[in-house]
Amino acid sequence: MRPVLYVLTFLSVMGLAFWAYRENYATQQAIKDMAALQDDIAALREALTLQRAEWAYLNRPDRLRQLAMLNFDKLELFPLTPDQLGEARDIAYPPQVPLMGAIDNPQDVIGQAAPDGDFP
Amino acid sequence: MIRTPLRPLARILLARQEGVNPDSIERENLRLRHEVMRDKSRLRAEGRLLLLGMGFAAAFTMIGARMGLLAATEPMEPRSAATGAEITAQRADITDRNGHVLATNMLTHALYAHPRDMVEPKRVAQKLAAIFPEMKADDLYRRFTDGRSFLWIRKVLSPEQMQKVHEIGDPGLLFGPREMRLYPNGTLAAHILGGTSFGAEGVHSAEVIGVAGIEKALDARMRDTAQAGTPVQLSLDLTLQAAVEETLQTGMTMLSAKGAAAILMDAHTGEILSLASLPAFDPNDRPNNPTSGEPGDSPLFNRAVQGVYELGSTFKIFTVANALELGLVTPDSMVDANAPKRVGKFTIKEFQNKNYGPLLSVRDVIAKSSNVGTANLALTIGALRQQAFYKALGFFEPTDIELVEAPGAKPIVPKKWPDITVITTSYGHGISASPMHLAAAYGTIANGGVRVMPTLLHGGVPQTGPRVMSEQTALEARMMMREVVTHGTATMADVPGYEVAGKTGTAEKPNKQGGYDTDKVVNTFAMMFPASEPKYVLVVTLDEPVDTSGSQPRRTAGFTAVPVAAEIVRRVAPLLGMRPVVEPKPVDALTTASN
Repeated sequence: MRPVLYVLTFLSVMGLAFWAYRENYATQQAIKDMAALQDDIAALREALTLQRAEWAYLNRPDRLRQLAMLNFDKLELFPLTPDQLGEARDIAYPPQVPLMGAIDNPQDVIGQAAPDGDFP
Repeated sequence: MIRTPLRPLARILLARQEGVNPDSIERENLRLRHEVMRDKSRLRAEGRLLLLGMGFAAAFTMIGARMGLLAATEPMEPRSAATGAEITAQRADITDRNGHVLATNMLTHALYAHPRDMVEPKRVAQKLAAIFPEMKADDLYRRFTDGRSFLWIRKVLSPEQMQKVHEIGDPGLLFGPREMRLYPNGTLAAHILGGTSFGAEGVHSAEVIGVAGIEKALDARMRDTAQAGTPVQLSLDLTLQAAVEETLQTGMTMLSAKGAAAILMDAHTGEILSLASLPAFDPNDRPNNPTSGEPGDSPLFNRAVQGVYELGSTFKIFTVANALELGLVTPDSMVDANAPKRVGKFTIKEFQNKNYGPLLSVRDVIAKSSNVGTANLALTIGALRQQAFYKALGFFEPTDIELVEAPGAKPIVPKKWPDITVITTSYGHGISASPMHLAAAYGTIANGGVRVMPTLLHGGVPQTGPRVMSEQTALEARMMMREVVTHGTATMADVPGYEVAGKTGTAEKPNKQGGYDTDKVVNTFAMMFPASEPKYVLVVTLDEPVDTSGSQPRRTAGFTAVPVAAEIVRRVAPLLGMRPVVEPKPVDALTTASN
């Protein structure tokens, strides 16, 4: 019985050693992957900050003003002025479109009374 | 183990024959046995002690070695633990009230050299001088060859410059990462932001520290790593700031003023929506402090906060409000305004030696800006009550706005307070304060008499500070200031629909001889709108403006600061979402249509 136990113990120690060996390398690989991912995240974050800064730089009021001036013929943008604000009641009703066209040159309609009330 | 008997029979018999006491043999043997036992246990104890000592030595060596290692190695981020998104930058961003970026960080590189690793110092020096125009090849070569092992070449590089330095390809040139502060809007709000510079510098990183403005005032908050991911949100509005600066710049150019400042403040919360001081500078490339000339003429000087001026007639409303509050007068009381008035050896005159007297109503004292009328009111109030009122409005202390320059701008108040001081301070002479003080005091009138503390941080709530004057007094003061605009000295400020109420101030500048220069003035217009229920306070100050559009050069605030302020209101009020309150138009005769 005893030798069997010895053999089993020896085998399990070997098995565990092999498992530990594999786990060690798997852990190291996971740490390496993580480091690479974090490098990626850091690089992306850096790019994001840079792009945010660039967005702010490109949208600075000075530049927008110049662009509005350069493209005035297309955009026709003016600074907002008080007279552009108003009440809804100040807006005139849209001109009423008459249902029928105006009759401004009357036409003479001449017809003949058909005999027997019969129309062609 | 063979145990020696304590009484060996042979020796006892022998001892008995010789007549010796056999007990001594037993004692001797017992002693020997004890000695052996003692030696054994000592050896064991010594062994244990040695083991323990070794254990301690090993532990201490390990701890020491670990500490040494930690102290000697470069700091490294933990790679295996998941880091949160919090620590992204070493300095918090600054944004305006709508989240537009005012200051952020950018990664760039510093250039340094190890001259001992350099292969061709001569060529490197020449190439570097070609890339950076401010460097001289001879100078660089001398520094590369004077035996030092390390030197900084440049604090920050642009990516193009970095590429060019790479192309030199010398192993002695090295780059260190640097986080750089970037102000994407250039000169906009320069005086608020201030600027930064590098503190302690290492090869792998450098401290970024605030040197002026809010960057220095809130330096600890900006550098707090726990809050680095949360931007500092200011009460400023980028659009308003741009509009105010543009309008102010135009006004300053047209009136050939030396400088200008404007403050736009929320009347209830004290939040500063726009603070401009011209001329400005670029905080990305902050100029050095001036070493010669007047510090007040430097573009670094914040006229709105640091500039302490005699603010002239803008103070008259405080005198009148004080008299109203004490119940001495009503808006329609008549006061003596017979000019000129003689007080001891001084003569109090009106503008252009006019005489609005002999009697003038309190309303007209403000509308016509009568010095004599105000002086007589102030004499009725008396020195103590006048001082107490100015103190309550904050004219004796620096403002506590979040700028590092603010505590230095202490108002200049007279030490003694005789009658002549009572008179001159009643119309804003002999007492100097910053436009920010004036904005806070006008804010108090606009806020119904409750003191307003200006702030630059977003998230203000309506202020409930100490009450300086009753709501009724504040209302009456506002109505009087409204009359200044409708038919007084500031008619140009009557922007239709916005019910502007304000008071002009023209103060001659004190010269070095102790007198006043008549052709150098500081013009101020302090106002609020709309008068019946003020929402915003605006203070515009122009330094040495002159209006040359007429036949004579005009230097009163009514022709300089007032039109500029009116233009600012016209630009800014629609941006603030305020509709002009228009008289309802006569409704067109309705055409009833019935089908």
